Amino acid sequence: MEHYISLFIKSIFVENMALAFFLGMCTFLAVSKRVETAVGLGIAVVVVQAITLPVNNLIYKNILQKGSLDWIGLGGLDLTFLGLITYIGVIASMVQILEMTLDKFVPKLYNALGIFLPLITVNCAILGGSLFMVERDYNFGESVVFGFGSGIGFALAIIALAGIREKLKYSNIPEGLRGLGITFITVGLMAIAFMLFSGIQL
Amino acid sequence: MSKSIKLLTDPIFNNNPIALQILGICSALAVTAKLETSIVMSMAVIFVMGFSNLSVSLIRRVLPSSIRILVEMTIIASLVIIADQLIKAFAFDVSKQLSVYVGLIITNCIIMGRAEAFALKNAPIPSLIDGLGNGIGYSFVLLFVGFFRELFGAGKLLGYSIFTLNTDGGWYIANGLAVLSPSAFILIGLLIWMIRAWKPEQVEEE
Repeated sequence: MEHYISLFIKSIFVENMALAFFLGMCTFLAVSKRVETAVGLGIAVVVVQAITLPVNNLIYKNILQKGSLDWIGLGGLDLTFLGLITYIGVIASMVQILEMTLDKFVPKLYNALGIFLPLITVNCAILGGSLFMVERDYNFGESVVFGFGSGIGFALAIIALAGIREKLKYSNIPEGLRGLGITFITVGLMAIAFMLFSGIQL
Repeated sequence: MSKSIKLLTDPIFNNNPIALQILGICSALAVTAKLETSIVMSMAVIFVMGFSNLSVSLIRRVLPSSIRILVEMTIIASLVIIADQLIKAFAFDVSKQLSVYVGLIITNCIIMGRAEAFALKNAPIPSLIDGLGNGIGYSFVLLFVGFFRELFGAGKLLGYSIFTLNTDGGWYIANGLAVLSPSAFILIGLLIWMIRAWKPEQVEEE
C-alpha cells in the first residue's frame, strides 16, 4: 500500500507530466488562457489517462511482451515494435468511446468538455504516460495509480498556469514578449518551482 | 520555382511552427539538453514530416473525411516506427537518451497540423516541400536551444570542450540551470522575443 501512495504522490508532484517532462505542452499553452476551460481540460485528461493506462498495460503484458503469447504456442514472438501504433489506437478509440458514453448518459459533462475530448487524442501526456509505463515496467496496480496521479498532476499544472495568465493580463509586458513569449517564461519559472519536489523520498 | 523556395523557407522565421503556430513544443523542450540529441531528433522529425505530408497528399482525393484522422494517425505512426527502429539500429546511445520522445513524434501536433492544414488541400510535391520546410523550422528552434544549453551547461559542443571547465583547471564555471529543463522554456521565450522584435507583425494583441 505504502508503495502505491508513494507512486501516487511522486507522479503528481515529483514527476509532473507537464512541468517535469514537458508532455502535453501544446494543449498546455493553448488552452490555459482561462481557468474555466483549464478545469474542463484537466478533468478530461484525468479520466482518459486513468482509463487508457491500465488498458494499455493489459495489452502490453498479455499480447505484445515477449513470451506473453506462450499459451497459444507463440512464446518466441516479440511484438513490442508494434507498441506505438497499438497505444495510439487504444487512446483514439477510448476517447471516442468515452465521448459517446458521456453524450448518452452524462450530457451535461459532455457539453462542458466540448472540444477538449477529441483534442486529448493528440495530447502527448496520454501517449507519454503509456510509454513511461512500458519503459518502467509497471504492473497493473501501479499503472492504475500512475494513470490517476499523472492525470491529476497535469490538471493541477494547467489550472495553476491559467490562474497566473489571468492575472498577467493586467501587467505591462514588453511588446515582443506578449502572449506566447511571456507564457513560456512563466512556465519556465513554474518548472523551477516544481523542481523543489525532486529528490523527495516517501 | 520561387514558390517552392518560399514554401521551404517561410516556416523558418516568418511562420515558425514553434514560435508562431504553437505546435510541437513538448519534444522541443525535452530533448534539447545536448546538441547531439537535438540533431538526431530534428532529422527524425524532418523525415516523418516530409513523408507524412507526401503520403497524405497522395491519398487526399480518395480519403473520406470522417476517418481521415485515423488514417493520418496510422501513416504517421508507421513512419515514426521506421524512424525509431533506424535510430535504434544506427545510434543506440542517442536512442536511449531520447527515451520516449521519439515515439512521441506521433502526437507531435506539428505533423498532424501540417497534414490537416496543408497536405489535404495541395498536390504531393508542394506538400513534401511544406513538410520539409516546417521540419527545418522546427529543427532551427531545437538546434538553437540545444546549442546554448550544451554550451552554457557543460561548456561543450557535441562532446568537444569549448569552454574549459573549472573542474578541469579551466576558467568556466558550468551553469547548472542550463542543463535543467526550465532553461529550455526561458530560452524559447527569449527566442520568440528576438523573432518578434525583428518581425513586429507577429506581435500578439492582448
